[in-house]
Amino acid sequence: MPLYHTEDQAMLAETVTGFIADEGAIKTQLRRLRDAGDSAGYDAGLWKQFATMGLTGILVSEADGGLGLGHVEAGIVLREVGRNLTPSPFLSTAVLGATALSAASDDLKGRYLPGILAGDAVLALALDEGAKHRPERIALQAERAGNGFRLTGRKDFVVQGATADALIVAARTSGGDRDEDGVTLFAVPRDAAGIGHNAVRLVDSSIASHVTFDAVEVDGGTVIGDVDGGRALLNTVLAAGRIGAAAELTGVGSGAFAITTAYLKTRKQFGRLIGEFQALQHRAAHLYGELEIADAAVIKAQQLLDAGSSQADVMVSVAKAKASLATNLAVREGVQMHGGVGMTDEYDIGLYMKRDRALAEFLGDASYHADRVATLSGY
Amino acid sequence: MSDLEAFRAEIRAWLDANCPAEMRKAVQDEDDVCWGGRNFTFKSEAQKVWLERCVAKGYTVPDWPKAYGGAGLSAAEAKIWREELARIGARIPLSSFGIWMLGPALLKFGTEEQKVHFLGQIARGEIRWCQGYSEPGSGSDLVSLQTYGEDKGDHWVVNGQKIWTSYADKADWIFCLVRTDKANKYQGISFLLFDMTTPGVTTRPIKLISGNSPFCETFFDNVVVPKHQIVGQLNRGWDVAKYLLGHEREMISGAGGGERLNAIGAVVNRHGGIDNPVLRAELALFDIDALAYGAMGEKFLDEAKVGRAHPAQPNMMKYAGTELNKRRHELLMAAGGSTALEWDSEETRGGAPSRGWLRTKANSIEGGTSEVMLNVVAKRILDLPGA
Repeated sequence: MPLYHTEDQAMLAETVTGFIADEGAIKTQLRRLRDAGDSAGYDAGLWKQFATMGLTGILVSEADGGLGLGHVEAGIVLREVGRNLTPSPFLSTAVLGATALSAASDDLKGRYLPGILAGDAVLALALDEGAKHRPERIALQAERAGNGFRLTGRKDFVVQGATADALIVAARTSGGDRDEDGVTLFAVPRDAAGIGHNAVRLVDSSIASHVTFDAVEVDGGTVIGDVDGGRALLNTVLAAGRIGAAAELTGVGSGAFAITTAYLKTRKQFGRLIGEFQALQHRAAHLYGELEIADAAVIKAQQLLDAGSSQADVMVSVAKAKASLATNLAVREGVQMHGGVGMTDEYDIGLYMKRDRALAEFLGDASYHADRVATLSGY
Repeated sequence: MSDLEAFRAEIRAWLDANCPAEMRKAVQDEDDVCWGGRNFTFKSEAQKVWLERCVAKGYTVPDWPKAYGGAGLSAAEAKIWREELARIGARIPLSSFGIWMLGPALLKFGTEEQKVHFLGQIARGEIRWCQGYSEPGSGSDLVSLQTYGEDKGDHWVVNGQKIWTSYADKADWIFCLVRTDKANKYQGISFLLFDMTTPGVTTRPIKLISGNSPFCETFFDNVVVPKHQIVGQLNRGWDVAKYLLGHEREMISGAGGGERLNAIGAVVNRHGGIDNPVLRAELALFDIDALAYGAMGEKFLDEAKVGRAHPAQPNMMKYAGTELNKRRHELLMAAGGSTALEWDSEETRGGAPSRGWLRTKANSIEGGTSEVMLNVVAKRILDLPGA
């Protein structure tokens, strides 16, 4: 399959690009919500609009009422979300949540999918325990209790956690913290008795929660997939989320690059446009290449994932790491090339820098994925 | 089964029956590479047989038209051919500046007679070509070249000197930039083809820091070139030259496949292990860049085939690919330790690691320096002012 969009995908991209540029713009979404002290982390009306266009069900199978599309298509949406820095529960809900639910019982699907498809419901992944993404270690305990389970422990960096209808919780049902087996995924209602949410605002104005589980009782029907056998499903969810985050990062990078090159063509110093200086031209040209290469890695990983290829796993980590590194370069160069105004809140380039930092951390930063590439390659 | 799946099955079966086992081992040394040409000595019977079988099917130039010695494959079919070669680790049957550089220029600018004659020879590996571009005073500023062809009616008499002519001492013919109008800088250059055995042509290999001599100085002393051996119009050779440079840069970028796209961590680990976490991290970060660049190469070729790639994209590819390759060899030297320093031992096959490492330093100079590539990207892709 060639590494560019099919006709259908190009049409979707055209529609989504226009829609998000119009409705998800920095001024009317990110800045408005932030300046109003919003605590939800997204605009409910816009999420409804996503649903009206079918986008919230992009990865949901047609049998379950969704569009039944793949990671290339989800990435098209996320790239535009990234380019416009649109606060959106799309990644947590339509990618992570929907992928987890694809393996759920009809009962669980019935509980959450209609809300997602209608743009009323939001899901959040509760995975990390601690400040760094270390999914190999899962300590949150889920003990059998009657017909269900009792959850005790804590989760961090639960993006969208405070507003989610349910948390997709990765819990330990048997074995030690670092065991591959013995992991189970649960869909836990946000307001279950014993759950404590401490929602915090992050540097990019998104909202994430520290969530505590104090003997939270859930029934057996909240289990997604098999008890003790949740690792494979978790890996599937992570692959979807990581390539989604990578796609969003490339959008952030391309948005930062676009405003930076535009600035190079308008700002004058020493009586010349600063874009005339070779010192800046070479850095901009280098950055262009890095962003192009990151784009290529992302679409390659998306296609491999959609094709169910055995090479997808390593390429997803390559893509997440490369997109993080390239976009990080784009925002650092962007602020520097803007000079003093790059440090002001008035200019958007700083917002790109903040978003890059949060997205790069989400589901594993570049060093995490570099380590993973080495491990998967046998060294 | 779709047509493409059927085609893949056909290619698989053909490779299975026709690609000798010896040709499925990685290239170790320069003399494992089949360059073809009048004076080429095959290293083995397998190398010869592999070339002959591919020539018979047009597979040395799979996407060229059949009339010019190709197999007439579509873009999708040619991609399958490359994928299937890579799958079994098969060597490409023929390496050739004719295929990578002159061929595309002839396809675009050549007369029908030139196409049938020269492209056919290239496809069959009969003629080995070299490139006469750089001169001692004209490196990055190539258009200032001085080699002059004096108009003598039905022929030119060419005098001057070229430098960095790759394998000029082994080549049969040269494609050469020659000034045919001294008054006109850009529109005073013609693109000429001539036989290296023409009286007045001499070559002298240049010894490089690698100790090897892949490049030559090439001298022209009253060399007679018939008028029909021009490609494109008189004094418009710069158009041909630039077009060809795009393909040269694509070739040097490594986008087409081969070792330059490969990760190296696993290879280093197999040869003696990685016992240092800092080296492991450097290898992992390199592998990420290499695998991402591999996807870029694939994407670029896919887009180029359907006219979607930016025409200046090979400049970015050349810059990124060559800088990556230099980094690859720095890491391989570091991983190899003192063994990699050996200059002519048997164990290192005559100092292959160190000589290979030194060779890569030319990658970001030949065919346009990294600095020139960045200039071109800034101007033609980013449209930056005054670039």
